[in-house]
Amino acid sequence: MKKIIQTDGRHRKLEGWPLVFTLITTASILVGGLVEFIPLVLVKSNVPVISTVTPFSPLELTGRDIYIREGCNNCHSQMVRPFRDEIERYGEYSKPGETIYERPFLWGSKRTGPDLARVGGKYPDLWHVRHMQDPRSTSPNSLMPPYAWLLEHELDLSKVSTKLARLQLLGTPYSDADVTAAEQSARAQAAAIAERVAADGGPQGIENKEIVALVAYLQRLGRDLKAASAP
Amino acid sequence: MESSPTATATSRSAQPVEIFRYDDQIVRMFVVATALWAAVGMLVGVIIALQMPFWQANLGPYLSFGRLRPLHTNAVIFAFAGNAIFAAIYYSTQRLTKARMFSDLMSRIHFWGWQAIIVSAALTLPAGITTGKEYAELEWPIDIAIALVWIVFAVNFFGTLRMRREKHMYVALWFYIATIVTVAMLHVGNSLAIPVSFLKSYPIYAGVQDALVQWWYGHNAVAFFLTTPFLGLMYYFLPKAAERPVFSYRLSIVHFWSLVFIYIWAGPHHLNYTAIPEWAASLGMVFSVMLWMPSWGGMINGLFTLRGAWHKLRDSVVLKMFVIGITFYGMSTFEGPMLSVKTVNALSHYTDWTIGHVHAGALGWNGFMSFGLIYWLLPRLWRTKIWSDRLATTHFWIGTIGMLLYVMAMYTAGVTQGLMWRAFDETGRLAYPDFMETVIQIVPMYWVRLVGGTLYLVGVLLMIYNMIMTIRSAPKDLPDPAVAVPAA
Repeated sequence: MKKIIQTDGRHRKLEGWPLVFTLITTASILVGGLVEFIPLVLVKSNVPVISTVTPFSPLELTGRDIYIREGCNNCHSQMVRPFRDEIERYGEYSKPGETIYERPFLWGSKRTGPDLARVGGKYPDLWHVRHMQDPRSTSPNSLMPPYAWLLEHELDLSKVSTKLARLQLLGTPYSDADVTAAEQSARAQAAAIAERVAADGGPQGIENKEIVALVAYLQRLGRDLKAASAP
Repeated sequence: MESSPTATATSRSAQPVEIFRYDDQIVRMFVVATALWAAVGMLVGVIIALQMPFWQANLGPYLSFGRLRPLHTNAVIFAFAGNAIFAAIYYSTQRLTKARMFSDLMSRIHFWGWQAIIVSAALTLPAGITTGKEYAELEWPIDIAIALVWIVFAVNFFGTLRMRREKHMYVALWFYIATIVTVAMLHVGNSLAIPVSFLKSYPIYAGVQDALVQWWYGHNAVAFFLTTPFLGLMYYFLPKAAERPVFSYRLSIVHFWSLVFIYIWAGPHHLNYTAIPEWAASLGMVFSVMLWMPSWGGMINGLFTLRGAWHKLRDSVVLKMFVIGITFYGMSTFEGPMLSVKTVNALSHYTDWTIGHVHAGALGWNGFMSFGLIYWLLPRLWRTKIWSDRLATTHFWIGTIGMLLYVMAMYTAGVTQGLMWRAFDETGRLAYPDFMETVIQIVPMYWVRLVGGTLYLVGVLLMIYNMIMTIRSAPKDLPDPAVAVPAA
């Protein structure tokens, strides 16, 4: 050690060789990342498979991209930690196998608002519509910005088929039929949600508005794991 | 200008001399850009700080919190801190290698390319065009532009090292090398994605893998964009400003290598108790705690450089800024390992404590080191005196008070909310089952944070005013400084 770091030591020589210096630096910074990442990809048991976890429907996927666009993940996590208080507050803690189709992952790093990993099915569809329109109408004192434009913007499904195709390429198990029928499937799911919202006394004709996709996505969150625990 | 050094050089020996000029114009450009983006990035910060306690400040889709928050983080990290480190690197590398930058054209491509990337970020993020990955929100065409500009920067930098007239590389250059290599690796590794359209893509990683890659990137963006280049900056500009040699050469070797090796491992501490394998989280935690020592190696080497020169702080706003900067570096690199310990993290994670921690680093270390750098460079680059030393000192105090208010408010908010989330009553039920109760409790702290952040911004505006007045008093003609060295 002393031979290396003394004033005229070996390190002094190294300081005269930028190329060697850069190569050693590169090697030093590669090690940590590789050691942590390679076993994760190679050892399957690191992410145990949950059989009830399935890919998002085309409408849910569209809603998820709206969630990303609006930056919801800046204030809402989707990751219940295995603590008694979190399980009590939100529900079952999150498992590695739950998010295998999530590109990107949306676990979040801040809870300005509550965690959403188990929000699916917690409220009726209409609650979410009202909440986006005016968060204070469902949650007094909320700090959340209103997202009323989601009820006005037309739902764009022109790329949903391409989205499924790209995800299929990355390994998400969509069938070719899923890809072809993506838009049709999204329209059908949107119509069903719009009908429920209208029947509950909410706004009419939201089946071709962005809100319907976001509601579909939010109602999906945590559902797969619940299906697993059902008898 | 150039005749006098030539004359002295030739009179000392009969050896022929070679004259070359440093490119200081590029440094001036980066300095001006640093100040401009500081104002923009921090203004957006103040706006989103207002939006948190006052939702009415969310004005429509383009100016809502969810879209502006990434704009704030990108602007302060990549625009403000980015331009500051480029200014420092271009100024000090030329002097440490006794060479002009390898290519003037590459320097300009780097400068204008980087500014164009920032502008495209400022246009796309409010439009909701985002990958949704923290600190890597920019979509794939901009990511490719970043990679290309970074390559130009790297070629220009290593080209300069190749042309150097000084045999040994000073410690600042080691840190610059680590910065350039690692940022390239992190950016490319984390941004790999498959495009759906021109402005939308999906990452090639999913779920747990994406989380680990993201925080390998996210944590090391802090390490190699906000730490190593600023340490390099410290190693060059602090001894210059203090007129003292660096405290310990050996310490700089030991802490450089341990820092670059250990930092990379620490990423998973951002994912403690989440759905990642236990071993990965524990590994991240252990290396984070180990990281405390090399980090403090840097702090000690910085602060001890001032031994016997502490009295200079009285008159030098540059040294005042540097000392606060290095002290906050020490505090946040102690706090970081502490927060990465699982039991502490269980309380702090997802709360404003993290925001407080980040801002101790960003406002304290990155901000004050950049301000010190700017106040040191201004009179030298524009060949005049700082317009007002008093105004600079006022900036120092306003900035310090603002930062302390900010950080204290966030610590209070974070610990309060963390404790409320986990509180149980005597019957074993959640003491605050309604999430809203825990929010209402900390809203006053959001207002205090707004005051602190605003003060900090006011300080920056004072600096910009001082800078404009200084530049106005500069001579019209600013030729690149000439240097004479013995011809090889």
